[in-house]
Amino acid sequence: MSEQTASSATAATPNVSGSPVPAIELRNITKTFGEVIANQGINLSVYRGEILSILGENGSGKTTLMNMISGIYFPDSGHIFIDGEEVLIRSPKDAFRYKIGMIHQHFKLIDVFTATENIVLGLNDGRYDLPAYEERVREICGRYGFVLDPKKKIYDMSVSEKQTVEIIKVLYRGADILILDEPTAVLTPQETDRLFDVLRRMRDDGKAIIIITHKLHEVMALSDKVAVLCKGRYIGTVVTKETNEAKLTEMMVGEKVDLNIHRSEPKNPVPRLIVKGLNCKNEDGIAVLKNISFTAQSGEILGIAGIAGSGQRELLESIAGLQRLESGEITYMNPSTEKEENLRNKSPRQIRELGVRLSFVPEDRLGMGLVGNMGIIDNMMLRSYESGRGFFLNRTAPASLADQIISDLQVVTPNAKTPVRRLSGGNVQKVLVGREIASAPTVLMVAYPVRGLDINSSFTIYRLLNEQKEKGVSIIFVGEDLDVLIELCDRILVLSSGSISGIVDPRVTPEGMTLKEQIGLLMTKKVDETAADTAADSSEKPAVADSAAVQTEITPASENGGKEAPNDGNQES
Amino acid sequence: MTETKNHKPIREPLFHLAKRDNLPRHKALLIRLAAILVGMLIVCLFGLLIVGWDPFRIISTIFDGTFGTPNRRWDLFEKTAILLCISLAVTPAFRMRFWNIGAEGQTLIACLASVTCMLKIGDKVPNPVLLLIMVTASIIAGAVWAIIPAVFKAFWNTNETLFTLMMNYIATQITAYYVYIWSVPKGSGHIGIINANTKAGWLVSIGDYPYLLNILIVIVMTIVSYIYLNHCKHGYEISVVGESEKTARYIGINVKVVILRTMAISGAICGLAGFLIVAGADHTIIAGSVGGQGFTAIMVSWLAKFNPIAMAFFAFLIAFLGKGAKEITTLTGLDSSFADIVTGFVIFCIIGCEFFINFTIKFRKKEALPGAEAAKAEPVSENTEEQKDAVPETEEKNEEAIPDNDGKEGSEQ
Repeated sequence: MSEQTASSATAATPNVSGSPVPAIELRNITKTFGEVIANQGINLSVYRGEILSILGENGSGKTTLMNMISGIYFPDSGHIFIDGEEVLIRSPKDAFRYKIGMIHQHFKLIDVFTATENIVLGLNDGRYDLPAYEERVREICGRYGFVLDPKKKIYDMSVSEKQTVEIIKVLYRGADILILDEPTAVLTPQETDRLFDVLRRMRDDGKAIIIITHKLHEVMALSDKVAVLCKGRYIGTVVTKETNEAKLTEMMVGEKVDLNIHRSEPKNPVPRLIVKGLNCKNEDGIAVLKNISFTAQSGEILGIAGIAGSGQRELLESIAGLQRLESGEITYMNPSTEKEENLRNKSPRQIRELGVRLSFVPEDRLGMGLVGNMGIIDNMMLRSYESGRGFFLNRTAPASLADQIISDLQVVTPNAKTPVRRLSGGNVQKVLVGREIASAPTVLMVAYPVRGLDINSSFTIYRLLNEQKEKGVSIIFVGEDLDVLIELCDRILVLSSGSISGIVDPRVTPEGMTLKEQIGLLMTKKVDETAADTAADSSEKPAVADSAAVQTEITPASENGGKEAPNDGNQES
Repeated sequence: MTETKNHKPIREPLFHLAKRDNLPRHKALLIRLAAILVGMLIVCLFGLLIVGWDPFRIISTIFDGTFGTPNRRWDLFEKTAILLCISLAVTPAFRMRFWNIGAEGQTLIACLASVTCMLKIGDKVPNPVLLLIMVTASIIAGAVWAIIPAVFKAFWNTNETLFTLMMNYIATQITAYYVYIWSVPKGSGHIGIINANTKAGWLVSIGDYPYLLNILIVIVMTIVSYIYLNHCKHGYEISVVGESEKTARYIGINVKVVILRTMAISGAICGLAGFLIVAGADHTIIAGSVGGQGFTAIMVSWLAKFNPIAMAFFAFLIAFLGKGAKEITTLTGLDSSFADIVTGFVIFCIIGCEFFINFTIKFRKKEALPGAEAAKAEPVSENTEEQKDAVPETEEKNEEAIPDNDGKEGSEQ
């Protein structure tokens, strides 16, 4: 896939030197929050017809910098130039006037309105001519290759469609400098590719595009230039073609980092958790888990892949005792007593005490498992506060655990009592995962543990998981980054709208396609109830063969730039 | 932005705001004290305009009205105690993010329970037993009044704010009804002082100090509340449920039980306050016995950020201002809302000063450099040089502590 993107990048030669003045230029921008220096002496320039990636670890000040361009913050010092003229951007309104459009990580859309209504919201041209607006939206879609029904309501939309609406919203307002803040964090690999195609088309149309990300392969695939930030400082800008992932990482982290994830062979794996025929419905009565059966073994990492919302959360919560099940069995092989335990008739607390631990990192990183306004000590206590006898809390043990986690995992925090919401995302996740690991689990379920994390922190988490694996813990790892799943896991279970569409061995490359493509196809594959049985119970072979067939059908279409069309059909049917 | 087009020198906005974290405690305290002073200053100006008194006379009258005689002092401390007691009552619920605005009704219904005991069995049992029955009845009444909305919230997720508010009106009407039934002489609408001769159901006074027992009970309650909320498992559960119900469920806290239990406690403390009002001070009841303190308590609780110790201070401040300003109205024959206005000014300043605790204002540097050329020539302005000095130490501490989503936390402009 990366080859493809590289070739298309060469086809449309970036306008690195074509335009004499940059569309937007920052000189010596500094911004502090209290004592924290978010940005210091940042210099950046983007020309029209160019895509600039801003690369940096968590807390390196990427978002702050972009917020200054889009008028949300005002810099403490420094200068901003648009088309060579110095400007002051004091409010988002000013930013609009300079044709700067920012697409935030979190969408700001009104659910009950249609796409068009959201797009024109706040634009006052004195009349309300919806058909005309819709026409204009369609025109923009056609021009850049967006797929969007202008009449569709937001609540009916997928995350990727909502993002499309956000992008069209700024285009509609005539933005020609676009800033996208981690646009791919919420997208599947296929959706990401589609977004990149659109962005390239916009670049060729003469727009200046800034994209914030910390995913290296995306930087390499998409951008013309890369600006690297490290701890609020500006490190430098390089031309993408003249660099590589290792060099960029070094710039970003400040030292050489080994980008390979170590994977050891599982040592005498024995079944630890046997799940059979799990069915589960959500509050609206819609089946979210359909006939799920698998076995998790000790000393191995079982990956779970799937498009967001395919039942990952429900599956883990079922095992943790937090979901009401329609049917199915969950058997836990207790390694200390060698007895079989039925988890279905146990409370979440009892399941936890057996050593089955769940650490789920939701989109907002805090919502489940941690309390934002509490310090690390009090958050440690969430798991243990009941243990002491009597009416009073005992903070000594949690305090020493907090200190241990802070030093072992290098959590950056002023002290153990600082509210965790003040920590950066990476540190929050270290606290969350660290607490679960510290409880010496026998089954460790982690969902999105590296969500939004930078390279260094991610690798710390992988290392921690591998350590647990070698101790014989059975790990269930729900991830969104397929590259990581493939490198880290011993087996990958693929979920597709609540069913298991296949279990893949990541050490074996299938014939005729890459492993990633195979998993990507399984993720969108429609599984009928009976097929799910065979796929899950017997082996992964039928699934592989099946998806290979689909792949051959798709390949020609991909050349026309519409490679997602067949998959789309799949999803909808 | 016309400036830009006319090639006039570009100027920064006159000032802009920057968020600040970790303001040292003593500085925050100073800002709050300054706010109270500013509030008093406004009160003085207002007094000058309305009453025509000079500031000195206003201040001295306020102090005279509150501390002038022993009676006034005791009255002030009693008022503080009752307000504090109701504030302590709403706090556990607030910590749980359960917006119990029904303290007024919970307290009033408890007053009614106490009065009922005094009237119906006042002459039948010895005084200590009667007091015990009264306090139990009041606490149960308050708790029941609070548990009803809690049950609906826990099981059917109804809106607790509306529910508790409506419960207030019900309590007021029930009380009005019984005040009419029991009024002496019948139909007059006044019950009058109950058991004035026997003093049955009157809280005993320690020595010559009429309200001392009231005050001591509330002091003990304050300390107990502080410990309960900060050092007990229950208090911890309350915080977790308040911060994130999802997290609470994840770690296996029974959210329904916590809601019911906490509201029962909240109502029970209101019940105690009701008992203190009837047995310790008023010895009678009217529909307005609680006098809006159930609502004032909400403000006290918030101002103190749900910290019982700080609540003692704010309860005192509000009681002090209210009573002091009342003295001015008595002397000048002004409407009693003057007292509310005075309190309002000071509270407004206290709440307003939070802004200066959370944000700092950065003014335009005096010599703003005009145009792009100047910027190139002299990229480092005074300000950044200062910051550079501060870099080495701050950076190590905070390199990763920058919140990733600061864009959403507070937009600055």
